[in-house]
Amino acid sequence: MSKIPQQVIPIIIILMVVVGAFIAARNIFVPESFGEQGHFRTEAIQENMDLEQVYAGADACYDCHDDIVETKSGSYHKGVACEVCHGPALQHIDAPDEFTPRAPRERGYCPLCHGYNPSRPSGFPQIIAERHNPGKACMSCHNPHNPLLPHAPEECAACHRDIASVKILSHHATLPCTQCHTIEKGHKSSPKFTKAHKPTDNSTCEYCHNKGSNGNKLAPKINAEEHSDRYLCWDCHYPHYPEAY
Amino acid sequence: MFYSIISPLLNSMPGLSGYVFPNEYELHWSILIVIYPYLTGLVAGAFILASLERVFKVSALKPIYRLSLLTALAFMIIAPLPLLAHLGHPERSFEMFLTPHTASAMAMFGFVYAWYLMVVLLLEIWFDYRKDIVIWSNEKKGVVKYFYKLLTLGATDISDKAVAFDHKIGRVITIIGIPSAFLLHGYVGFIFGSIKANPWWSSVLIPIVFLFSAIVSGIALMLIVYMITSMVRWTKMSMKCLNKLAEFLLYAMLIDFSLETLDFIHRLYESEESISILSEMISSRLFISLIITQIIIGSLIPMLGLVFGRFGKLPDELRRMIYFISAILVQVGIFSTRWNVVIGGQLFSKSLRGLTTYKLDIFGIEGLFVAIALLVAPIGILWVLTKILPPWNEMGAVQKDIEKMSSSESA
Amino acid sequence: MKKTNTKLIRPEIERRAFLKNCSKTFPSLLFLVASFDVQNILANENGSYDPTQHNYAMGVNIKKCIGCARCADACKSENKVPREPHFFRTWIERYVIPEDGEPIVDSPNGGIDGFPEISEKLHIERTFFVPKLCNHCVNAPCVQVCPVGATFATKDGVVLVDPKWCVGCRYCIQACPYGARYLHPETEVADKCTFCYHRITDGKLPACVEVCPTQTRIFGERGKKSSPLRRFFKFNEIHTLKPGLNTKPKVYYAGLDGEVI
Repeated sequence: MSKIPQQVIPIIIILMVVVGAFIAARNIFVPESFGEQGHFRTEAIQENMDLEQVYAGADACYDCHDDIVETKSGSYHKGVACEVCHGPALQHIDAPDEFTPRAPRERGYCPLCHGYNPSRPSGFPQIIAERHNPGKACMSCHNPHNPLLPHAPEECAACHRDIASVKILSHHATLPCTQCHTIEKGHKSSPKFTKAHKPTDNSTCEYCHNKGSNGNKLAPKINAEEHSDRYLCWDCHYPHYPEAY
Repeated sequence: MFYSIISPLLNSMPGLSGYVFPNEYELHWSILIVIYPYLTGLVAGAFILASLERVFKVSALKPIYRLSLLTALAFMIIAPLPLLAHLGHPERSFEMFLTPHTASAMAMFGFVYAWYLMVVLLLEIWFDYRKDIVIWSNEKKGVVKYFYKLLTLGATDISDKAVAFDHKIGRVITIIGIPSAFLLHGYVGFIFGSIKANPWWSSVLIPIVFLFSAIVSGIALMLIVYMITSMVRWTKMSMKCLNKLAEFLLYAMLIDFSLETLDFIHRLYESEESISILSEMISSRLFISLIITQIIIGSLIPMLGLVFGRFGKLPDELRRMIYFISAILVQVGIFSTRWNVVIGGQLFSKSLRGLTTYKLDIFGIEGLFVAIALLVAPIGILWVLTKILPPWNEMGAVQKDIEKMSSSESA
Repeated sequence: MKKTNTKLIRPEIERRAFLKNCSKTFPSLLFLVASFDVQNILANENGSYDPTQHNYAMGVNIKKCIGCARCADACKSENKVPREPHFFRTWIERYVIPEDGEPIVDSPNGGIDGFPEISEKLHIERTFFVPKLCNHCVNAPCVQVCPVGATFATKDGVVLVDPKWCVGCRYCIQACPYGARYLHPETEVADKCTFCYHRITDGKLPACVEVCPTQTRIFGERGKKSSPLRRFFKFNEIHTLKPGLNTKPKVYYAGLDGEVI
């Protein structure tokens, strides 16, 4: 039994050749950095880091367009980076004259965010584009860098911004605050001591909405006696956004 | 094959339904990945059958021992091709050997395959044929002589002692080979069964089901190959061998079918969050290939056929006919099993809210023709192998042995 | 200083703010010396990026998302993702949950071209948008299954793909529970979100975070007091996707609905 059988020898030689070839191939073909930081090619990290950038980043625009950035940073669009609308602009930073970023002016663009969609969070300003001044460019009324609502009742909104921003979306948008609220002279200087008056009964609403009333002929009408005499109007209808309730 | 019947039916199904993740619209693993487990299953099954004769001394299976080994080898050579053809970068496939990721089930493929092909199959065949090869290298003439001389690898000792050693080592290899064959196909099942993201695949039973379906398909394949080769060669088939094969096929099918039913009932009873989308898939997209082809045509009918064929009082002619048809149906059934696992696992979105469809190409690397070519190629290779290493030489002697045995038994 | 909330490592801005203050308060000589010093320090910082000092993560506040999908659009530009519909590193899903019946989910072209109108007949109970992207899982199944080590987690907590080593077997795509991976049709290798690794290691924000107009996406680092994520974690109920799979995602959702899978 001490002698190795003849037929085993070629098998052992072949096995050794295969294993040897395998070890040699591993030494030759596996990149040196493989396995340094884990089971991967370490250069791959650097290669991923070296990929070309396309977006310049929010702060890059400031160096040249500081006026617009300043305006925007105080507006409702303060959180909207320049490149959201103007598109990737790193090329523009590298060669300002050769590459001009896009400036979408068409009506289809703003509704990407501001078009009505019930899935959007409530309170986010939305319009139904087909019915919202059809044909008119958005920019003719709204400055995208400082998108204030046109004809906002500026005086009251200075403090009551949240109410104003809701009311402007509603059917009551064009009503001045004084339509329903009487405001004492001192309210603006010391609002805590001199309160503005809120309506106390339904007559304020009925002025426009009761059947046969003349306050606003186009306002939807109800029969105040039949509609409900046990509730105040604002128990059910939010006056600053009546169609929502 | 049958999938040419199935695929138009699948294509005529409505496209998408519900919500499918955007990156999942197209299936990532195509028909080629269906063929891969099908082929390895045949390999494992054929080898396990061969080792039954060798290790467990089932003498009735002697006539197909060598044929099974050659069949396993023929299918083994083709098995990795569909995988290779499916890679985005086949030229980088050697990385599986160079930098195998030990955590990855797939990375082990290269090693399991190499182990099985080189250490188990080739070695066993070589040791088994060595004596014959040496004899042929002396008898034949011309180029053929030198070809066989090359095959001897210089080991020309065919003394009784040396041949006895061949038998001994062959037996050892077979004993190693059985767990290896289990490993080969159980591991293929594990590639699918270990994907926790996919509720259709993720199951501990998948490797076991794969294994038993592999045994089923391998036995059925050997039944077909044995019958066809005997018919082509105008030799008498050993009815004893056929009966034994049919018996083993039936038992394996019973186990396989019970396991699959267990898996099915288990899923249904546990009814986890994925159950609704999976039932929707089975009742629409997979109805034909799962309920009709796999279960009815591929399992129930052949099982009934085998019960009748084996235990009924029938003439041998009819018996052979039933065996043959059952074996063909089993192949159809096992192929659709692979189809249902691989394609089925991708027909539903991981959002569990939608179904997509698989559109089988006709041309192209992942198309129907390539698939058919890959399924036919092993048969061609087997034909060549039987020319180089004829498995029948010994068979005449064996047949005589068997006849002797049966006559002595009856006496 | 402007935009401190999105600040990561912003040497230019710090410098500018610093210089501004200097010019106001210090004599010009001191200002000059100081500026030289600052420049030196910055040169060191930029020269050697140390990944062990970072642990990146993202917060997504569902309640703020308006579904404009500018993120998905910007991602395609920044990362050269094919424009065709079925390749996304990030996308927006819309969930519409009716008062009776099953939730309806869609994401036509990832939301980039907007969402179709919901039928008026449908009585909506609640509805919202969900941005999706690679979760950069701590226990990433894609990293586990990659046979050749072509996808891996870096020390700073980002899961990357090595496009020069990937064989294109698509096992990682199958293993990802979130559908975040795809096979790039040109390079034939797996591709997915990298948190814009080329940007964040350069002190910039990922493109999707950069362009998000409502600050739905918050990018930052875990375990850093200066990170904007700190406040996000403090004031929100935080969820991750498919927590039962134990992938430990590093994309954290605030206000995530139970219907989201």
